[in-house]
Amino acid sequence: MPVTITIPTALRQYAAGNSELEVEAATVGEALERLTATHTELRKHLYNDRNALRNFVNVYVNDEDIRHGAGLETAVKEGDSVMIVPSIAGGAATEEEVGADLTALSNEEIARYSRHLIMPEVGMEGQRRLKSASVLMIGTGGLGAPLGMYLAAAGVGRLGIVDFDVVDHSNLQRQIIHGTRDVGRPKIASARDRLQDINPHVRIETYETRLSSENALALFRDYDIIVDGTDNFPTRYLVNDACVLTGKPNVYGSIFRFEGQASVFWAQRGACYRCLYPEPPPAGLVPSCAEGGVLGVLPGIVGAIQANETIKLILGGGSRPLINRLLLFDAWQMRFRELKLRKDPACPICGENPTIKELIDYEEFCGLKPVAQETNQTEEQKMEEITATELKARLDRGDDIQIIDVREPNEYEIARIPNTTLIPLGQVTSRMSEIDQSRETVVHCKMGGRSAKAIEALKRAGYTGRLFNLKGGITAWSNEVDPSVPKY
Amino acid sequence: MIALTHKQGDDIRRHAEAEYPHECCGLLVGRFTGEGRKVVAEVYPVSNARAEEDRHNRSLILPQEYLRGERYARERGLEVVGNYHSHPDHPAVPSQFDLDHAWPTWSYIIVSVREGTARDLRSWEMETDRSRFNEEELAEGNER
Repeated sequence: MPVTITIPTALRQYAAGNSELEVEAATVGEALERLTATHTELRKHLYNDRNALRNFVNVYVNDEDIRHGAGLETAVKEGDSVMIVPSIAGGAATEEEVGADLTALSNEEIARYSRHLIMPEVGMEGQRRLKSASVLMIGTGGLGAPLGMYLAAAGVGRLGIVDFDVVDHSNLQRQIIHGTRDVGRPKIASARDRLQDINPHVRIETYETRLSSENALALFRDYDIIVDGTDNFPTRYLVNDACVLTGKPNVYGSIFRFEGQASVFWAQRGACYRCLYPEPPPAGLVPSCAEGGVLGVLPGIVGAIQANETIKLILGGGSRPLINRLLLFDAWQMRFRELKLRKDPACPICGENPTIKELIDYEEFCGLKPVAQETNQTEEQKMEEITATELKARLDRGDDIQIIDVREPNEYEIARIPNTTLIPLGQVTSRMSEIDQSRETVVHCKMGGRSAKAIEALKRAGYTGRLFNLKGGITAWSNEVDPSVPKY
Repeated sequence: MIALTHKQGDDIRRHAEAEYPHECCGLLVGRFTGEGRKVVAEVYPVSNARAEEDRHNRSLILPQEYLRGERYARERGLEVVGNYHSHPDHPAVPSQFDLDHAWPTWSYIIVSVREGTARDLRSWEMETDRSRFNEEELAEGNER
């Protein structure tokens, strides 16, 4: 059907001087394709390197902006008038541009990014977008390591990193951003060195602090995209809520043992983390990586997926983001699965009637803070504790104490306290008869968490003997009593 | 080359000073007289549609405003031949941002404002391959 296209004065010389042209088309996109097929010079002014309309090119059909309709898919019928309408933007160079020439690429950068530049999906425009973008990474651990390294290598202009931790030997099996010589250094210092070495063109901004309800909003406001590389529920809910409140996309990843998850939570365009998990699991139900372990390469894969999705959000274009999609990965079976997510209209933070309007206390929300009534518990309900030093002193005095180790057999293989009986947590109640109720008993695990659960379980199952929880577990034993016991 | 009168040049300077420390913007209404020459008949100020916090270094003429300007021009038998904006405390030289958002053919007049006083008035035209801006002659003359 013939429609009329009105050409602005700026483009007329590319349309053989015409102010109006007639083409046959069923949609706006088709009309513009026909127009630029005949007048090829028009194309570069209307479309960018990635074949999308330039953002300052507006198209109206009969005085209606097609962005309010179906975009380029907007149908046109005979006699319709399609108008190309410029918006005119101008601006002085910002301070950063004057100093570092932020959005232009130097010859050195063009050489560095050439494998990006030759793909039309990235091209010069995409690479300049990357350079103009800012990303805040929460954590420089297993996920943050590949994530930060790939984002820096890709040329993201400004990279913020938040971490308060110090590099430990047990990190090196997966946190490849840190090296052996970095053990003992703050993670942000070690990460900064590595990232700056990968790409000196990136501005690295470090925050040696624990992300909290007090500092999250101010930090997030200064960045385009937030990437969650944390390993605990309170921080995960905090990152989600602060992203919703500041309108930022949250590129999510999590890992445990052999399994990983990834998604992009962006309340403006889809589900948030709370739409998926309205409530945290009961405290202690889901073990952390320190308790349950993690395959070293798993955060490499999941973190690289997060980097991939972050870069796609920056490039835009025709790519399909991980919004409203939860990717599940099983490294042991080598299988990816995908779940569809939906925004929950009743979501307490991004739903229709949100009840959470500011950041809350996330430790409390996740049940990690003792609530007031628990202090009223009776004497019998209280758990008795013993420190490693006290235990050693009593053993040396010859006190009759039996020690129950509730860790898993493979942990027992790594390190053990002498003269203990191994009964893994999952079996303590069924094997209760193996524990002599007439003797004083110390229960231990790696850090003290599982042994506390074991004591609770035994008491519930009717155990009446005296039970002590070894404070800090075998790790404290190694620190305080016997350094020859390896820590893991 | 673009020709404008002293009064039109002053109108642009005044507008830029009034909006300082924000950027001002407007359309240039006139005629194309062949071989890339433009004659300005009227300066058509437009309000800057940028949000308050961005206005110190960004200007934006919305499509609706542009349409209003074009209609105004057509009613007088004229055309939009370019636009102008100010660079508060920055030189009258196009930025990468200007280039990224530029339209061909039109004149881009930039006025630099230093501490509230308009200084340089320069005009630029984008190279047809979008690679850069070339400065064009700006002829400020007496009333025609």
